[in-house]
Formats: sequence, structure tokens, C-alpha cells
Amino acid sequence: MKKKAKPKLAVWKFSSCDGCQLSILDCEDELLAVADAVHIANFPEASRAVVKGPYDISLVEGSITTPHDAERIHGIRRQSKLLISIGACATAGGIQALKNFCDVKEFISAVYASPEYIHTLSKSTPISDHVKVDFELRGCPVDKYQLVEVLNAFLNGRKPNTPHYSVCIECKRRGVVCRMVAHDQICLGPVTQAGCNALCPSYDRGCFGCFGPKETPNTSSIAEYWSKKGISNRDLIRTFRGINAYAKEFRLESESHE
Amino acid sequence: MSKLPAKIVKVDYLARVEGEGGLFIRVKDNEVKDVKFRIFEPPRFFEAFMRGRDYSEAPDITARICGICPVAYQMSSSQAMEDAFGVQVDGQLRTLRRLLYCGEWIESHALHVYMLHAPDFLGYEDAIQIASKYPEIVKRGLEIKKIGNELMTIVGGREIHPINPRVGGFHRTPLERELKPMIEKLKWALNASLETVKWTSTFNFPDFEYDYEFVSLRHPEEYPITGGRLVSNKGLDISVQDYEKHFQEIHFEHANALHSEHIGVGPYHVGPLARYSLNFDKLSSKTQKAAREAGLGKQCFNPFKSIIVRSVELAYACEESIRIIEQYKRPEKSFIEIKPKQGTGYGCTEAPRGILYHRYRLANDGTILEAKIVPPTSQNQKTIETDLYHFVKKNISLPEDKLTWQCEQAVRNYDPCISCATHFLKLEIEHE
Ligand code: SF4
Ligand code: SF4
Ligand code: SF4
Repeated sequence: MKKKAKPKLAVWKFSSCDGCQLSILDCEDELLAVADAVHIANFPEASRAVVKGPYDISLVEGSITTPHDAERIHGIRRQSKLLISIGACATAGGIQALKNFCDVKEFISAVYASPEYIHTLSKSTPISDHVKVDFELRGCPVDKYQLVEVLNAFLNGRKPNTPHYSVCIECKRRGVVCRMVAHDQICLGPVTQAGCNALCPSYDRGCFGCFGPKETPNTSSIAEYWSKKGISNRDLIRTFRGINAYAKEFRLESESHE
Repeated sequence: MSKLPAKIVKVDYLARVEGEGGLFIRVKDNEVKDVKFRIFEPPRFFEAFMRGRDYSEAPDITARICGICPVAYQMSSSQAMEDAFGVQVDGQLRTLRRLLYCGEWIESHALHVYMLHAPDFLGYEDAIQIASKYPEIVKRGLEIKKIGNELMTIVGGREIHPINPRVGGFHRTPLERELKPMIEKLKWALNASLETVKWTSTFNFPDFEYDYEFVSLRHPEEYPITGGRLVSNKGLDISVQDYEKHFQEIHFEHANALHSEHIGVGPYHVGPLARYSLNFDKLSSKTQKAAREAGLGKQCFNPFKSIIVRSVELAYACEESIRIIEQYKRPEKSFIEIKPKQGTGYGCTEAPRGILYHRYRLANDGTILEAKIVPPTSQNQKTIETDLYHFVKKNISLPEDKLTWQCEQAVRNYDPCISCATHFLKLEIEHE
């Protein structure tokens, strides 16, 4: 019998901190096994070697922020059988989407002495705004175990097993005492997608939403609850406008308090 | 006289660095005409969108500048805020910050030494290729890295973008029994790091030295990580507050990152080589001995040997972590209460790649009015180009593919972090 060729994996980067692709290298125990199961065909952060496409799986990190990148993503889509966007940058525009709420021209001149050298789009947008995405993995950074699960699932032709419920469920499961109820802290857990195993609450702080909105989150109800407790509009806006500021549900909620 | 053909060294996309950059070098009539270390990573505008945010958000937001050294951002920004509010974080809380930072040094140095830099010396394109021949070596590197990550996870909550640090200290301090089991692992990592020093010292190093101005922090008692004064081997000795009086950033068209220079002096060098050369006396006797046995002097001016120096620092960070954990007593309070007030604060710490400077101007209620962040890679950018210029000049007759690879390697000496520098890079060498 002919041996099946290993699936070709490519890792692409757009505007980002490299943290999500670093999660791959942070799978120290699984890394050599992954390298065994797939042909790492394009992963510049880890290798000089580049194998031409097409690729079976493309992992895309980062958001689209320049006219050039808005073009580049289409080429990547064409070369990829499956395209998976990873992280808050790729799935929601990332922290750099905070600029979407401001005047970019003024931004450029605030940071750069010669603004005419800078080419940028006025908004930072997720990959799915530009091309069809087969699966989105949330988190800033993505959880490495979820990442291994997603790769494993696609390599075996099944659906990834990642939750859509809220961080609260993870708190209950871990037996973490609620930050909101017991400590009157702001916590985005009720409207944030699980995946981190209720990390922040287990470190005595409220969730700040790094996994983005859960399925059908009731953001206005939680905002109202906090308002009644005396949380100012400024604080409500900045709470929803964080790592996933441009995710639709969080964006709309922040805008409704402006 | 016959003319040598002009050449161009061009690397469109520099591999095994963090972020997107390239190289462009043009040689004509046997002379280096142009050297550009290009950064095409798109700018992310952190300094602009931080305005209007609350001081308390700075550690979580600035961490996102870099996935490899988030702790550096969290520590420099927290320090700057504390400086503005007149708060001192000391005792066990300060030591715990140093421990978290050691975790980041271990993780980042192990990643760079084994996965990003060693393949250059061994002639492989990546660590996975090395693993097919020397699996034990790569596994050793991964295991050291993993131990660094575990340390970051216990103290910081997770390895990338830790959630536990805050202005004033930590949200929750670890229990003694959470930390103690790390001692055995760190002892293993210390030995493995000392082996790493021996291993890297056997590599072939290009014969290349440069009379750098090294800049790093210097602290009266410690090898510098979280604080000290800014010093250089050319006589600089200033407080962090005075940084901007001595260093400035310039913006060039070929890079989405700013270049720093020492005003009136020129390019300078930050990172492991600088730290080591300015603070050899503050290393432990064990790491000093390992460095000597690896053939290093008290100072090192060969940037290619940064891989040995990083390995020495790797061992140091393991040793220091053991020391800290052995004497750790959980502090009563996990953070110092902050009362915001109007003012300006300054912070500077030693990221794995060198000094990371932050300044914030704050309103009465703690709202950020102005932010300035100078990452190590933008400080090194001009030095990297200077290295390339002199390196190509010296090695002009090398075959093009070899020259290209060694130029890439010359850049990787700095473990440049392009994401940081753009809040960085691209090599093309043109032989016309
Ligand atoms: S989602 Fe977060 S960790 Fe991932 S690349 Fe973006 S900023 Fe980095
Ligand atoms: S701490 Fe936050 S995430 Fe956990 S149960 Fe309470 S509200 Fe939900
Ligand atoms: S608790 Fe919230 S902010 Fe913290 S890691 Fe989980 S999703 Fe991110």
C-alpha cells in the first residue's frame, strides 16, 4: 500500500504579538509529535524552510490592518484547503482594534515622527471579514490544549470539541468562589466564552473577556446590573472595550454607553 | 583593475525571529552601499490607544505588544505607574516579580538558544531538523523551556500574557507549597543550562568583534532584571528618569519601527551581551565559572557569541529562581493599595532582549494622558544594521547563499522581536 503523504501545515501571521503561534512552540511535550504528524511546510517563526502550497491546513494569526495584508489573505485562502483563524486578533481584530474607535490619522502622528511613511487601514478587522474561515479559535492567547484539539480534530476529519458556554460554568466546575457575588468585582465571565478554565477568577480577579463573547451573551443585562451598583459609563465602556473590543456583542455594548 | 560583480543580499522574510522583517544589502565595486534591516510588521499604535485608558489596565494591554516577553511589558509599565504614584513595591512582592521575570528569561532564552539560533550554527533550517539527528538535545531545550513556562504559570497564571501581575503587585500570591515543587525541576534545568553553555561554546563563531556601546541596567546588589541605574561601558550612568535626555528615536521610511540612538554618540547595544559585559561581577560564582570555562572573558564583543551568553543567563535565571523559592514566605498582602494622582512615571526593566523603557503621564483619576514605550529591538535596530555593514564588508567574497545565511544569523544574534519594535523586520542584499 502506498503511504499517505503527511498533511501540509502552514502558519501565517498578520498584525499580532506572535503569542498565538508561540502557543504551538509552547506545546513542548506535543511539539515533536505534531512535527511527526504533519509536514510543517511554512512557519517562518520556527523555520527557514518554506515548502510551496497548496496547504492542507492554514493557521492564521493576527488581524488585517494594511491594504497589503487585505490582499495577502486572499492568496492564502486560495492556497489553503482549511483555514483556521487563531486568537483574538484573527477572530475579532485584537487589541489593535482599539484604534477603530479613534481617528487613525491623529494616531499616526502621535506615534510616528514622519506619518507619511505609514500605510495603514482605518480599522483592524478579523480574518473572517475578508475571506471564508473554516474555524475560529478564540483567546488572547489561544489555549494550547484547545489548539492541539483543533488540529487533532481536523486531521481526523471531526468537529473540534471546544465549548461555547460561559466562563461562569468553568468557575462552578472548579469550585471557584464568584468574584462578582462574593467580592463585588467587575467580571465579564457571564458573557465570555469558556476555554481558559476560569483562570482569572482562580487568581482572585474578574474575567476581562480575553476569549471574547460567548454564544448569545446578554451583555445589556450585566451592564445594567453594574450600573445599578454605581459603575460609571466610562468604566463600562472600557470593560467591554478590551482585548476583544471589536467583537460585535462587546462593541455594541460599549457603544451604547457612549 | 577588474571589477567584482555587484551583489544584492536579499531576504524577503526573515525566519526564526518574532514578527515580520527582512534584509536588504547592496554591494557595488566591492563596497557596501546600502544596508537596510526592514521591518514590515504593521504598526499597532499602542501608545496612541492607551490614552484615555485607566492606569490599572496598562499591564494587561501592554503585555499584548509581545507574546514572547509579556512579563517585561507588565513589569516596566507597572513600575512606571508606581513611580508616578509614589509607591514602592519591595520585599517578597518585589522578589516574586523577579521570580516571574526569571521564568520569562528561562522560557525566552531556551526558545532562542535551541529553536531559533542554534540551527544557524549547525547548518539546519529549524530545530525539528536538528531533532531528527540529535533528538536528545532538542528535548533538553524543550524541557528547560517548559520549566520556565511552568514557573510563569504558577506565578503569573499562564505563560503567554500572564493575568496575575497588577500595578502594586499581584492579584494573588502563590502559596509556598505551590512553588516548592519547582525547586527540583529548576535544579535539573540549572544543570541542563550549564550543559547548554558547554554545548554552545563548541560552535564555530565567525571572527567578528565590534567596539559597541553597551547599555544596560546596573543594580548595586543584583544581576539586573527589574531595576537599577542605566549604565554603559562608555561612561553613561543615569537614572531611568533621565533616559529620554540621553536617547532619542528616529523614524526612517524603510521600517515601521523607530530607531533609537544615544544622542551625540550613535547606535548602542542592549541585551544579553550588554548585560553580561556590564554586570559580570554580579553573576553567581557558578555561572561566572561556567562562562570562563566556555572561553568568555568578563566582556564579550562578538555578537555571534550571544548564544553562549544567553545560555549563561539561562543558568543564572535557574539558579536565582531556586534561591528565591527557597527563601519565599508568602506575603500577607498580595498588592499595595494604589491611590491615583496626577503625574509622570518612569519604568525600565531588562526584557530578555534588553532594556524596555516606559513613561506615562497620568491625570488625577489615573487616566493615561500620554504613553511612551521603547522596546529593546528598536534600540538595537541601528546596531544590527551597523553589524551587517561591517560583517558584509569583511566577508564580501563569501558565496552569495552563505553570505545571506550569515547575514540572517547576524540579525538573529539579537533575537529581534519585530512585533515589539512596531509596536519590527525585513533583509535584502543587493549586489548591483
Ligand atoms: S490574540 Fe493575543 S496572543 Fe494572539 S496574537 Fe493577538 S495579541 Fe497575541
Ligand atoms: S467569578 Fe466571574 S466567571 Fe466566575 S462565576 Fe462569578 S461572574 Fe462567573
Ligand atoms: S477569565 Fe476571562 S480574561 Fe481571564 S483568561 Fe479566562 S477568558 Fe481570559
